[in-house]
This record gives sequence, C-alpha cells and structure tokens, in this order.
Amino acid sequence: MAIIEVDNLVKRYGDFTAVNDVSFAVEQGEIFGILGPNGAGKTTTVESIEGLRSPDAGTVRVCGIDPRTDTGELRQILGAQLQESEVPEKLRVGEAMELYSSFYRDPVDWRELLTTLNLSDKIDAQFRRLSGGQKQRLSIALALIGDPKVAVLDELTTGLDPQARRDAWDLIEGIRDRGVTILLVTHFMEEAERLCDRIAVIDAGRVVAIDSPAGLVSAVDDRQRIRFRPSAPLDHALLTALPEVTEVSRAGSQLIVTGTGNLLLAVTAVLARNQVVAADLRVEQTSLDDAFVALTGRKIDN
Amino acid sequence: MSALSRLTATETKLFFREPAAVFFVLVFPPVLLIILGLVPAFRTPDADLGGVRVIDLYAPIVIAMSVAMLALNSLPQMFATYRERGILRRMATTPVRPHMLLGAQLLMCAAMSVAAMVMVILIGRFAFDVPLPKQLLAYVIGYLLATVSMLSIGLLVASLAPSGRGAGAIGSILFFPIVFFAGLWAPRATMSDALRTISDFTPLGAGVQSLQDAAAGHWPQLLHVAVMLGWIIVAGGLAARYFRWE
Repeated sequence: MAIIEVDNLVKRYGDFTAVNDVSFAVEQGEIFGILGPNGAGKTTTVESIEGLRSPDAGTVRVCGIDPRTDTGELRQILGAQLQESEVPEKLRVGEAMELYSSFYRDPVDWRELLTTLNLSDKIDAQFRRLSGGQKQRLSIALALIGDPKVAVLDELTTGLDPQARRDAWDLIEGIRDRGVTILLVTHFMEEAERLCDRIAVIDAGRVVAIDSPAGLVSAVDDRQRIRFRPSAPLDHALLTALPEVTEVSRAGSQLIVTGTGNLLLAVTAVLARNQVVAADLRVEQTSLDDAFVALTGRKIDN
Repeated sequence: MSALSRLTATETKLFFREPAAVFFVLVFPPVLLIILGLVPAFRTPDADLGGVRVIDLYAPIVIAMSVAMLALNSLPQMFATYRERGILRRMATTPVRPHMLLGAQLLMCAAMSVAAMVMVILIGRFAFDVPLPKQLLAYVIGYLLATVSMLSIGLLVASLAPSGRGAGAIGSILFFPIVFFAGLWAPRATMSDALRTISDFTPLGAGVQSLQDAAAGHWPQLLHVAVMLGWIIVAGGLAARYFRWE
C-alpha cells in the first residue's frame, strides 16, 4: 500500500509554475528520494505533502489523509525536518525535546531518542553551542519525537562535513529500520545513490523519471567501459569479435573497450587465453550523475 | 499542562537568559525610581506641578517605560527572529499552531510588564510614600489599554521588519519618541502646551496621564481612552493585515 500518494500536483507562484503535474507514490518502509537541482520544485512538493502549502491542482494523500483538510491528524503521523529551521538559540536540547514531545498525542521517550541520535551528552547544551552535525541530529530528533509513520527530511546534509554527512546517512537507515517511511529531498547524487530505494528525478517542476538508482542508470545507458594497459600487443579483432564489445580504441599505451552485458568477464577471458595481462585495469560505468545529465540535459548544480 | 502554558513557561525561561532584556524590563525601572526618589527635591511637593511631588509623577512614567521596552524592543525582535530562523515554520509542522507561540510571547510580555508595575508601585509606596492608586479599577483599565496598544505597535513592527535585527532597530527608533512623550525626560506637567497636545495623542502619553488620573482617584479622560483604543485598532489592524509567519 502506498503511504504517500501525489497525483498531478500543481503549484504556481504568480506566473511561475513551481510544480507542474507531479505524480508519485511512496510505499511503506521505503526511503524515497526526491532529487533535483536547486529551484526544481522539490521543496514546494514536500511542503504540499507536509500541509504547509495548498496545491493549485492535484491531490495529495498521506496514509489516506488529505493534508489540506485533515491537517491536525497529519501532524500526528508526519514528522518534518525543514531546511534552515532552528530552535531558539538559548533553548537547551533537553528543554526542546520536552517541549516538543508535549505537542504530540503519543510521543516516544525523548531521552532514548537522544541516545539513538548520539546526543544524550548534550541534553543541557544550548542550541547555539551545538555543532552543525549536532543541530541536524536534533532537528531529526524533533521530527521523530511524535513517533511518525512518515518522516520528511529536506536537504538534511547540506552544509555538513563529509564525516557528519556519512553519520547522518547511517542514522537515516536506522530510522527506516524502525519502520518509518522516509521521504528524502536532496541534490546530492552520492546521497541519493547510497540511501534511496527509489528516486523521483524532478527538473523544472516536472518528474522526469522514477526508478531505483540502478534502474535510472541502466535506463539511460547500460554501456560499460574498460581501460587497461596490455602487457603484450593484442589484435583488436580478437576483442571486436566478442558479442559484448561494441568498440575498441587506443589511447597511448591504454586500450579502451566499450560494450554491454558481462563485458569484463568476456574481455578477461580473451586476455587470459592469449596470455596477456591487463595492468591498471579500470571499469567505468554510467553513474547517477551521467543519468541525471541524460535525463535533464544538464548537470545538477551542487 | 497545555501547549500554551508550556510554551509560555519556555518563553519566560528564555527571557531570563537574556541579561539585557531582564535588566531593562525588570531591573532598570525600579532602579530609576529609586534614584529619582533619592533626590530630596523630588520628594517635596512642587507648586509648579500643582502641589504634587516629582516622584509621584514618575511612578507611572517608569511603568510606561518598562512597557515600551517590552513592546518595542523585546517582542518584535523575538518574534521576527523566530520567523527569520524558521522556528515558526518548524512549529507549523507539529500539532501545535505557530499562533500559540505568538500567544505565549504576548502572555510572557504581559506577565513581565505586570511584574515591573507591581515592583514600581510597591517601591514607590513603601520607600517614597507614593500613594497606592485611589481608583484601582481605572488604574487597571488604563494600564491594560496602554499595554495592549504598545503590544499592538510591537506586533506591527514585527510584521513589517525584514529580520530580527531590523525589528530591533525599528523598535529602538520608535522607543525614544514614545517614552519622550510619555514624559521620561520631562513629565507631561512640565511640557509646553504644544508638546503636551502631541503627547495626548501618543499611546504612552495618554497611558501615563490615565494612570496619573487613576492614581489621583479620577477616571481617565475620554480623549486618552479614545487615543489608546485608536492605536490598538490601527496598529493591531495593520499588524494583522501585514502579519507573516515566514
């Protein structure tokens, strides 16, 4: 059963159409990514799901609830971590948790949640004294305090250093393991690739593709490229004769073999039969980055 | 405990973590009254003031100053900062509406203002023999009208200011003329007719006079009640019109 359903969502600001006929469905227990460049309409889309914006057309349902009409119930089951939303500077971590847990019908034990998020030694620290990573973890904690079925995490790792970002990824996987469905908004390819079960690629207010990271890549281009330096001269015809190989070229001392399917196995078998050793062997595959360029016609602007 | 009372308790806690705000709202008004009260000439009846003492005139002026501090400096800056930092937006994603946070800030300001007023009245009464208000109900009404009109202006500043810093700046610019016409530098009794007429039409000029009248046992003048109500309607209406949660 789909836990979030978005059908033909449209949102305009004056003449500008921020979200133009967006549809997707998120299944229970998924980490679903919304990937796109800045200004693509990602945040407007999730704000419609969070009940913070009223769509101009289309429908949104979260666990069957219409965020516009049943906002009160939505807030009990959906936890949101917004971009650039803080808590008062001089509020202590424990005070923020206590205050926010009083807002919900059935809050989780906030001390336990802080332990899970590795913040329990910061209970008495004021918000302004926290590092960027700690602030983000508190933000996640506040989004999870009401024991939501769905958590929306918007640009969670923007501005974090690489280590803090990796820690955040582990955390998100941990949250999913608790049974929370996660909607993750990001413009980091690596993040989408590592975390998401499925991704909706959004560009200029439209969904251009929905698939798993691997599915997106293979739908665009399943070609692989092998580079190596042969230990002895090798007749190109031996390679071009293989059904997997589409092209062989030479760049200096290196051979570049392009092809599909089980290319690596086929090529190494030929090399072994001819007693050629492949030095500096490297396999290049289409990345999600390449897929994004192919889908939208431009690079994602980090 | 309801969300509103929890939020109010939290806002109060946060208020006490701002030493400057605590000083100007709760410490400075009583201290100013004590300093004025220590000047012997201010404790003797003055024929130029119609036979009252300077210290008697200053009790309501100091109360008005405290209200102005809260309404023009604390409230707009607090609220605009909450908006700027996304604190209101975060609250909007929880079952509690951001209106509650605004309500909590207003309640906290009202509580601090009452605390300052009570301290000033008690210090005036026991240290300098300033009589307690003779017409208590009129005093409470005058105080409420003055406070609500000032909080309306504070909310208007919060609505129009682009940022927390901007709200603080606008509040400070408004603070000086408003407390000037309330009589902080020269009580209304010593103002020229022209200045006093202008003062009649400012929220705290009308407020201070209403408090003085009530202290002396009179009901506030219709003009002053109308002026304060006018400020509440105009500033409050504009604040509601231009109010922004984000």
